[in-house]
Amino acid sequence: MTDYLDGNAAAGPLSEFFAIDVTTARGRCLHCGRTDALATAQLYPNSHGLLLRCPGCTEILLRLVDTGDTVCLDLHGLSFVELHRD
Amino acid sequence: MGIVSPGFFGRRRQGDPALPPGQYLTESFPVLSAGPTPRIAPEEWEFTITTETGQVHRWSWDEFLALKQDDVTQDIHCVTSWSKLGTSWRGVSLDTLFESVESDCEFTMAHSYGGYTTNVPLDDLLGGKAWIAHEFDGEALEPAHGGPARLLVPHLYFWKSAKWVRGLELLRQDEPGFWESNGYHMYGDPWREERYW
Ligand SMILES: [Zn+2]
Repeated sequence: MTDYLDGNAAAGPLSEFFAIDVTTARGRCLHCGRTDALATAQLYPNSHGLLLRCPGCTEILLRLVDTGDTVCLDLHGLSFVELHRD
Repeated sequence: MGIVSPGFFGRRRQGDPALPPGQYLTESFPVLSAGPTPRIAPEEWEFTITTETGQVHRWSWDEFLALKQDDVTQDIHCVTSWSKLGTSWRGVSLDTLFESVESDCEFTMAHSYGGYTTNVPLDDLLGGKAWIAHEFDGEALEPAHGGPARLLVPHLYFWKSAKWVRGLELLRQDEPGFWESNGYHMYGDPWREERYW
């Protein structure tokens, strides 16, 4: 008996998360700890991908690169993302 | 290519031998902004080459300008599909900067003010193929275009030509830089359309 589940068991909770408008979720900046709705982050849409930067320290929270065949999402600048159900 | 639409930047000139596959000509010089533009005063600026032994070769702004200067005309190709032909630059060849550098490494990481990084093989920086450029079209390079100085590696897609460059780190093994770690090609040859992983 292992104390973990197969990763596919996470599909349900993750689909709930990604089905909503993620910019309404609150995220914590890994660099400075500021916690705020992603909608308040600084969006740089016109680069080699989409970038969201922290409004406190300007470090990167999120990167999204659309290569046509794939979409690469880098969330490593967020130490957590928090979603409130209405 | 959902984010930046190909064809937005200009007219196609198919069959132009100077135009790599999938590229469009532009007369303007589009700025792709990934973050706040660093403002580096000349007295604060320095350029370094760091070898695998930790030895640091360092140039101040004045020392850099005192090196042999090259005037070059080059075609540049951005991965977002614009190309600009016959651009004029002034800067210092990496051959000049590497004259006093001893290293067995084959790879480099370019580091910029503001935190940007990009990986380029050392062979692609030497042999008259790359410069640290500080003038564009006869004028000091504007901060929006990477001034005071940017890497210029015109035979690779332009994201390799790091804006606001502050140094090169020699690496024994190739490592991904900022865009290479999230979707973009490790090498980026426009003639082979090496855009993405
Ligand atoms: Zn922050």
